[in-house]
Amino acid sequence: MSPTAPRTTLAQKVWERHVVRRAEGEPDLLYVDLHLVHEVTSPQAFDGLRMAHRKVRRPDLTLATMDHNVPTDAAKPDDVAQKQIEALVRNCQEFGVRLYPMGSPDQGIVHVIGPQLGFTQPGMVIVCGDSHTSTHGAFGSIAFGIGTSEVEHVLATQTIPQARPRTMAITVDGALPPEVSAKDVILGIIARIGVGGGQGTIVEYRGSTIRGLSMEGRMTVCNMSIEGGARAGMVAPDDVTFAYLEGRPFAPRGADWERALDDWRSLATDEEAPFDRALRVDARELRPYVTWGTNPGQAQTIDGAVPDPDSLTDGARREAARRALAYQALRPGVPIRDIAVDAVFIGSCTNARIEDLRAAAAVLAGRHVRSGLRALVVPGSGRVKEQAEREGLDRVFRDAGFEWRSAGCSMCLGMNPDVLRPGERCASTSNRNFEGRQGPGGRTHLVSPAVAAATAVKGTFALPSDLR
Amino acid sequence: MDPVKRVRGRALPLDRADVDTDQVIPSSYLKRIGRTGFADGLFAAWRRDASFVANDPRYAGASVLVAGANFGCGSSREHAAWALRDGGFTVIVAPSFADIFRSNALRTGLVPVRLDAALVTRIMRAVEQDPAVEIDVDVEAGRVRVPSLGIDERLDLDDFTRSCLVQGLDEIGLTLRHDADIAAYEARRPAWRPRIAPAGTGRG
Ligand code: SF4
Repeated sequence: MSPTAPRTTLAQKVWERHVVRRAEGEPDLLYVDLHLVHEVTSPQAFDGLRMAHRKVRRPDLTLATMDHNVPTDAAKPDDVAQKQIEALVRNCQEFGVRLYPMGSPDQGIVHVIGPQLGFTQPGMVIVCGDSHTSTHGAFGSIAFGIGTSEVEHVLATQTIPQARPRTMAITVDGALPPEVSAKDVILGIIARIGVGGGQGTIVEYRGSTIRGLSMEGRMTVCNMSIEGGARAGMVAPDDVTFAYLEGRPFAPRGADWERALDDWRSLATDEEAPFDRALRVDARELRPYVTWGTNPGQAQTIDGAVPDPDSLTDGARREAARRALAYQALRPGVPIRDIAVDAVFIGSCTNARIEDLRAAAAVLAGRHVRSGLRALVVPGSGRVKEQAEREGLDRVFRDAGFEWRSAGCSMCLGMNPDVLRPGERCASTSNRNFEGRQGPGGRTHLVSPAVAAATAVKGTFALPSDLR
Repeated sequence: MDPVKRVRGRALPLDRADVDTDQVIPSSYLKRIGRTGFADGLFAAWRRDASFVANDPRYAGASVLVAGANFGCGSSREHAAWALRDGGFTVIVAPSFADIFRSNALRTGLVPVRLDAALVTRIMRAVEQDPAVEIDVDVEAGRVRVPSLGIDERLDLDDFTRSCLVQGLDEIGLTLRHDADIAAYEARRPAWRPRIAPAGTGRG
């Protein structure tokens, strides 16, 4: 690079390569390489197309699955959910969109199947009517959630108008302490920046800690970017990324693979490229986190205690903490490890990939969930389920007293029958602890898969090392 | 989308920060496949509490929602914007909005009005004391006014967004005018990017 060439970031490079049209005073028109579609946010979009006599411009860049309200046990979907599922089947047939329906081995949570099929690749623009589309940024793509009107726009035009966001560097350096996982890295980051901290930005996660994470770990981190308010999260593609992708069904092959590699290697942020904002985190300060409140920023390390709202100086945050503790039925000062749970959920697009299930199963082997406690494990996709069964993980979970389910969002958002009862408290590997997220009146605490498993055994929040 | 030129109305004070879209409309209300009929779901869990401000009859008929920072965080569900619209709202005033909610709102004809936190607090307190306080959002002129408080601020929306609202433009139609640009981009896209065979045939 010549010394005068502008130094640019990963996000800017990917963005610039997707600008279809730029005009003064208007948002950029970006090309979309992959549009993921699911049953909940798409029916109105397909209706819109139909009413305007429009078609799907690029069915070959559009992929649909059903995940949000599919049942994960043998039960049939309820009538209303069934309508939505049938609408997706009809819409995909009519508009020529590939669908992985219930029962297909490739069905699963939309953010689990894209990467798994090798469809998610570096340097793409990926959108989906779901906020956790940020997951795909782990491959060095700009991936973000959109609303239903935008889904319709992308279906019709394969483009999306977007105002250029600002950039934020979050650099995590150092070796992770024992028992600290990717989930704890992102919970620790959100605890620092707050749930609105990333607003208007694309975050690039950098530093030796991030480089040291597997692709699945990077996906967990990027997944929760939206919980920090960011538009998207990204990690520069590297050899870990390429090794993950090589040989996957949709990955380029032969000469194309070499061409793709050349392109992907050119994406990394230039040295000393400026970011609009920056945060540094020392990995050695991270511990396993447990959220105590009703947003993902309200988290404490497992060694800590429920905070006292009165100790917060910011008025809005104090009020929010008070309301959160009332909803969660928690008193200030109670050690996190003393909080007892009624249910444990291992699943969601944050933590239901094979490595997550392995981490939980390693804790559960030879142990049993505490009596009276309900424990559920829901693999992120049909393929994850198959793989886990090949490895015998289903036996470990079942023997420990977990219910072993089929792929779907399940208790992450409580649209299917997997819900908490009012007042029930749950240790969950998902990404949102909003009021009622897992069912009206349910109380959610976000944790890593290993902490979820140890908590299932102990009945109170615990680390695997607490079980010895 | 119907044009939104000017909205004037009374307000509902929702003095909470980080109101997430799971609260605006819980997931159990997302199963409809049409674009309307979501009013039932609006703040459904909170409305079960009789003391929740939206249950206060003094605020019945409010068309402006005044809320805390980071309004609409969480899920991308556009149903949140639809539920607010179905519940009679056309304007949300807050110190900041979550990105996806903001763009969903604009596409629903719901005007997200961002004002300084101190101003929002002033309006909030005024509305709490006097539900008759009116807020006037003139999209065409680009002003936000609260006459009884002497507030007259610039509306924080760029000209392009304002003209889309004022004219009720069909954004898809706008983009399709640039079909030649899209086709040109498609012609220069790398051929190795992944594609799916048409539905019904094998993978790849
Ligand atoms: S698992 Fe949860 S967060 Fe992920 S896509 Fe499904 S509902 Fe959304």
